[in-house]
Amino acid sequence: MSEATATGSRRSLDRDGATVFLQENGVYVALLLLVAYNAVFTRRWVTVDNIKLQLVLVAPILIVALGMALVIGTEGIDLSVGATMAISASVIGQLLDRGINSYVIVVAVLIAGMLVGSIAGTLVAFFEVQPIVATLALLVAGRGLAIVLQASNLSVSDPTISRFGIGKFLGIQAPFYDALVPVVIIALVVRRTVFGRRVVAIGDNVRASYLSGIPVRRTLVTVYMISGVLAAWAGLVVTARTSTNDPSTNGLYYELLAITAVVVGGTPLSGGRVRVIGTIAGALVMQLIASTLIFHGVSDAVSKIATAVIIILAVYAQRKRARS
Amino acid sequence: MTVADNSQTPVLEAKGISKTFPGVKALQDVSVSLRRGEVHALVGENGAGKSTLIKVLTGVYQLDAGQLLLHGNSVSFASPRAAQDAGISTIYQEVNLVPLQSGARNLYLGREPRTALGLIDFKRMNRDAKALLSDFNIDADPTVPVATLALGAQQMISVARAISLEASVVIMDEPTSSLESREVETLFRLIERLKADGVAIVYVSHRLDELYRICDQVTVLRDGRLVHSGPIADLPRQQLVATMLGRELLAQHSRSSSAVVQPPDAAKVAPVLVADSLNRRGLLHDVSVEIRPGEVVGLGGLLGAGRSETAKAILGAQILDSGHVSVGGSPVALGSPARSIAAGVVLLPEDRKADGILPNLSIKDNIVLAALPRLSKSGVFSDSAANKLVATFMQRLNIKAFGPSQKVGTLSGGNQQKVLLARWLCLEPRILMLDEPTRGIDVGAKAEVRRLIDELAEQGLGVLLISSETEELVDGSHRVLVLREGSIVDELDGHRLNEGDLVHAIAGTLGGETSA
Repeated sequence: MSEATATGSRRSLDRDGATVFLQENGVYVALLLLVAYNAVFTRRWVTVDNIKLQLVLVAPILIVALGMALVIGTEGIDLSVGATMAISASVIGQLLDRGINSYVIVVAVLIAGMLVGSIAGTLVAFFEVQPIVATLALLVAGRGLAIVLQASNLSVSDPTISRFGIGKFLGIQAPFYDALVPVVIIALVVRRTVFGRRVVAIGDNVRASYLSGIPVRRTLVTVYMISGVLAAWAGLVVTARTSTNDPSTNGLYYELLAITAVVVGGTPLSGGRVRVIGTIAGALVMQLIASTLIFHGVSDAVSKIATAVIIILAVYAQRKRARS
Repeated sequence: MTVADNSQTPVLEAKGISKTFPGVKALQDVSVSLRRGEVHALVGENGAGKSTLIKVLTGVYQLDAGQLLLHGNSVSFASPRAAQDAGISTIYQEVNLVPLQSGARNLYLGREPRTALGLIDFKRMNRDAKALLSDFNIDADPTVPVATLALGAQQMISVARAISLEASVVIMDEPTSSLESREVETLFRLIERLKADGVAIVYVSHRLDELYRICDQVTVLRDGRLVHSGPIADLPRQQLVATMLGRELLAQHSRSSSAVVQPPDAAKVAPVLVADSLNRRGLLHDVSVEIRPGEVVGLGGLLGAGRSETAKAILGAQILDSGHVSVGGSPVALGSPARSIAAGVVLLPEDRKADGILPNLSIKDNIVLAALPRLSKSGVFSDSAANKLVATFMQRLNIKAFGPSQKVGTLSGGNQQKVLLARWLCLEPRILMLDEPTRGIDVGAKAEVRRLIDELAEQGLGVLLISSETEELVDGSHRVLVLREGSIVDELDGHRLNEGDLVHAIAGTLGGETSA
């Protein structure tokens, strides 16, 4: 009985299967191509140390991108994440100046991120401000606030905080694990929880979700809060890794990098879908492109242009997907 | 362009127009001719093809077959702009002005008077606009952004724009839906004036009084076909409604011929749903509905009579000025579908695509959407419980698909409807409200859905059935409430529950059974 069905869908399944495969799995193909290219053409690239380094370098972007993937899944966007990272840096600095316990600082940083996210979520869910506008306002105001709160001493030497950035476990530096934990949590949330299913339902058809009794507003606020917490966590990882809590550089342009990772990873900007593994691959692709260009001595300016080209290609592929 | 300006030649004539969208024949061989100085009513229920016809006439859609003749010459409009340039002006149901620009700028959009330097001559534009509006007795300031004006004033400005374009054809799609009665009078004066000027007018409205007041000709569409065309004076009101709905006026199918079991005894069983005096200014006036367990209550009326609004109000998705709803004797706080659903009230919405399905998600995700909390333990979703539930309902409702992972957007209309029914039935609701449950689905699925409704009622569910099909209401309901302009005007049961009486009640020709 399950064989019988509408004829329209069968036709669209057959039609350009290769294109559909590329659109669905393009990010993994790109990742393989990058690794293959470097294995052949980049001297001393395929080494255990370099691969470990790439996994560590990708961590902060990946952490932010996980939250971004949830937000984009609801057909939203969160431009405030970079500013939240800066706030995170300033909070660390201020609290270190006051000699607060390091673990309390970690908790305080996450709470600060949750607050920023709850403001964004409230603006979006209750005041019905467009996500791009609401979070753009927070992008501007948030970094401003972070710089106002900037600590007198911009270098971080607290051993507990530093452990999150330069500590080692099983030979791999801490940022790898800093990202691994949220990856596992978000993957489980998306796949196994009521909340995760509501997120994609809202992204696919918010009106139908509302009429089906989904708590749309509560879900949206929670999504932005998670994004805020993850951004604050990423800010802490960057602070710990670079041993500075400078709010004018911490998280700069991370909103764009995170959006790119999510979109390259195949999560459509039109919402209704969250791809966690795709987002990891998307972040890795971005990281490997940057690393490849650096290995080959390409200037930073050129690598930015290359990044832009990738964004356009990714969005172009999605446009096709939306049409089919 | 040579204008054969002969009053016998129609200004605009459509001959044998067909238009097909994927899966839908929106128009089939429809012909209509518009003459100078005549107001031509275009009527039909939702999906009859009115909007498609208008869009073909105004260049929004290209026709698949047929011919358009303007002043006797064959034409084709590549774009709305081309139709406008040829003298066909449209006033849409929703005001389509540039909201943040002034009335004057809207009136002269694209043809602004210029100064010697080629810049917009605001002084002259505002002066002309004022003169134009006062000439038409329209009370609106043309210098303020139109968004700050009342909806009625905005509508009048768009009418004035259409007229000032010196169009030979003016198409008005529900122009009075946002007007107050005083503004309607102003509009009618404008229409009289247009008639005197020899303009051909297409008038679309569901308000029968208006049609009989200002229209000369009437064309009735149903399911994309032309079912009647002629002078409106020759078509009595109840016959017009019967033609629109596709019912023979004197057909007296009685409900007793159907398979529905007898309704529960009203005296013995307490109602499971009581909706009391639902009020919303301009939409609902003191609408009260009671449904007993096992009872199917029909809700009839023309489009815009308040049927969907009543159902949405009971679900808590329609803002109300006042009203109470209680389920099984306990009051339900209105304003939140989540609370109403928790109380056991569910609604299968009229607009499946916009309000119902999650098109890019799977059948499974769509079915379990509302049941997520009951399929989970402390927020963690149980896949195995969900799979079992989905398999049960896919089989019970005979949902035809590759499997539960197929995207709902790729299913046929009938299967999408069954998926939505499954979403609600798996909640084991007490009240099932169905808004046009069989619209746009094929005959087989239609019969299945109707059978299912009967079955559910037998099992003790209270059902509210909204339909534009009188046959569906009469055959499927124990009694039918009739809405007109937001009020319940009649209740049909027993021997009065037949299509003839229902059509009379809907048309507002009460006691018409003697005159028919």
